[in-house]
Amino acid sequence: MTCLPEIRPGQKKLGLVIDLDTCVGCHACATNCKEWNASGHSGPLPDFKPFSAGAEGVWFNRVHSYEAGEGGEGRTVHFPRSCLHCETPDCVTVCPTGASYKRAEDGIVLVNHDTCIGCGLCAWACPYGAREMDEDEGVMKKCTLCVDRIYNETIPEAQRQPACVLTCPTRARHFGDLGDPDSAVSRLVAERGGTGLMPELGYGPVNRYLPPRRTTSVDPGPQEDAPTPLDVKNPLLRWMDKVLSR
Amino acid sequence: MNPAPSIVLFTTASGAGYGMLFWLGLLRPLGLVPQGVAFGLIALGLAVFLITIGLLSSMAHLGHPERAWRALSQWRSSWLSREGVAAVATFLPILLLGLGLILGWGALTHLFGLLAAAGAVATVYCTGMIYASLKPIRQWRHPLVVPGYLMLSSFSGATILAMTAAYWGQAWAPALLAALGAAGAFWVKQSYWRDIDGPAPADAPTIESATGLGAIGRTRPLEPPHTETNYLLREMGFRIARKHAQRLRRVALLGGFAVPLALAVLALLAGGTLWPVLLLSLATSCALLGLLAERWLMFAEATHTVTLYYTGR
Ligand code: SF4
Ligand code: SF4
Repeated sequence: MTCLPEIRPGQKKLGLVIDLDTCVGCHACATNCKEWNASGHSGPLPDFKPFSAGAEGVWFNRVHSYEAGEGGEGRTVHFPRSCLHCETPDCVTVCPTGASYKRAEDGIVLVNHDTCIGCGLCAWACPYGAREMDEDEGVMKKCTLCVDRIYNETIPEAQRQPACVLTCPTRARHFGDLGDPDSAVSRLVAERGGTGLMPELGYGPVNRYLPPRRTTSVDPGPQEDAPTPLDVKNPLLRWMDKVLSR
Repeated sequence: MNPAPSIVLFTTASGAGYGMLFWLGLLRPLGLVPQGVAFGLIALGLAVFLITIGLLSSMAHLGHPERAWRALSQWRSSWLSREGVAAVATFLPILLLGLGLILGWGALTHLFGLLAAAGAVATVYCTGMIYASLKPIRQWRHPLVVPGYLMLSSFSGATILAMTAAYWGQAWAPALLAALGAAGAFWVKQSYWRDIDGPAPADAPTIESATGLGAIGRTRPLEPPHTETNYLLREMGFRIARKHAQRLRRVALLGGFAVPLALAVLALLAGGTLWPVLLLSLATSCALLGLLAERWLMFAEATHTVTLYYTGR
């Protein structure tokens, strides 16, 4: 059914919180996502010309890098982009077959690959570019929030998290229930002022992005009159200066 | 947006077919087109042929055409599903209209013709709404998109109906409608293009709102997430150079609307059968070619918010 589940108060809203302050843009999340999902619920994921020029395939997570702000305030921000498991997403309601659906119990947005006709309309309806057509199988694929890990009783409990979250070397990714105001992820969002993307379109994205922390003071640069090591002629003093300024 | 040939052909052919069906269903009871069985069947057959090649072509666009029947199920929420339901439902009055013509059901035939006309409007309206309801694509959210679909469909349908009626020497009503439709289509498309050329509305998404980085300041892409292309860039990142767009707009406006308008007026003025047949056949060819260019542009000029992430625009 592609009508959206009714929104109840206290609704469980599983999602990701991504810390743009600590993300180093290493692409580990994207790589581990591909690794897990190529053989999971949505597998296989196609790769065309994998070993030559023009290599491309379906990925559920893409890591962009941006430059934001000007001059001393400017900074590089790495930005992983994946499905935000929106609360009122048109990617679900436009689907003519009912293959695209949002689960009432936890809010995860999934595609039923057995009924999808591969019309591609849901990908047009997603503002965030979170859906990619599997042109091998002729059906739409997208992030499943690792639905086949998070409830998987055959793996140790500590591993029942999305693959991207587990693999992140800087712990920039967090997973939890954003519908519960007391959950660890909700508290993190409140503390850091996490934001949703393109709120103006009204999709109600669930995932949150934690903004890069403000640098407290901009480094004024070297002082003109402070002696630099090259200004100190006496070798003993030069050595002492080097040791002391370590 | 990528102008997939199957979809461009679909909206052009089916649009013309439904337009023709609409005018046939409406003008026959009014006695404004030839009343004979032969004309009725030929005009209906031509409309059904255009509708069907369009629908088949749109199915070729699917990853799983054999599952297309499933698309009839979600009419409660999906305009694409509603379009499918309307298209299938319209085949019933079409069939009854055909039977009525062959078996001579008289007034009942008129009723089925009117029902088929209503089905045609409903189907084309749903097609327009598929596009007009997509929030990430500013150029399709425009209020003139649905009127545009209806207008182009009625214009091209009237032109083909006029060409067919000309063989019976009775083309004045559809030819007049074709001329009016051409003028209407010219106006709708010109207003639409003028509007989408203007600046984006103030509340349109930007790279800053797409990334949430606006609090830091102006944001621009530094490194792309992948070095080669992908589905998103091919499907949503397709953009046409401005000068090609301008040229195609001229082809659509002049070749597609202005020339058929002039030819339809000439056909109205010319008497007999031969001249109207020739002029309206030429008008039909021009209209269809112009519409192919216009439909192609409808995609090529549309931009999707996902490109904000890739190019900042
Ligand atoms: S991010 Fe896109 S695919 Fe995911 S739920 Fe929202 S609209 Fe749908
Ligand atoms: S591609 Fe599949 S999931 Fe997406 S709208 Fe079409 S049928 Fe539904």
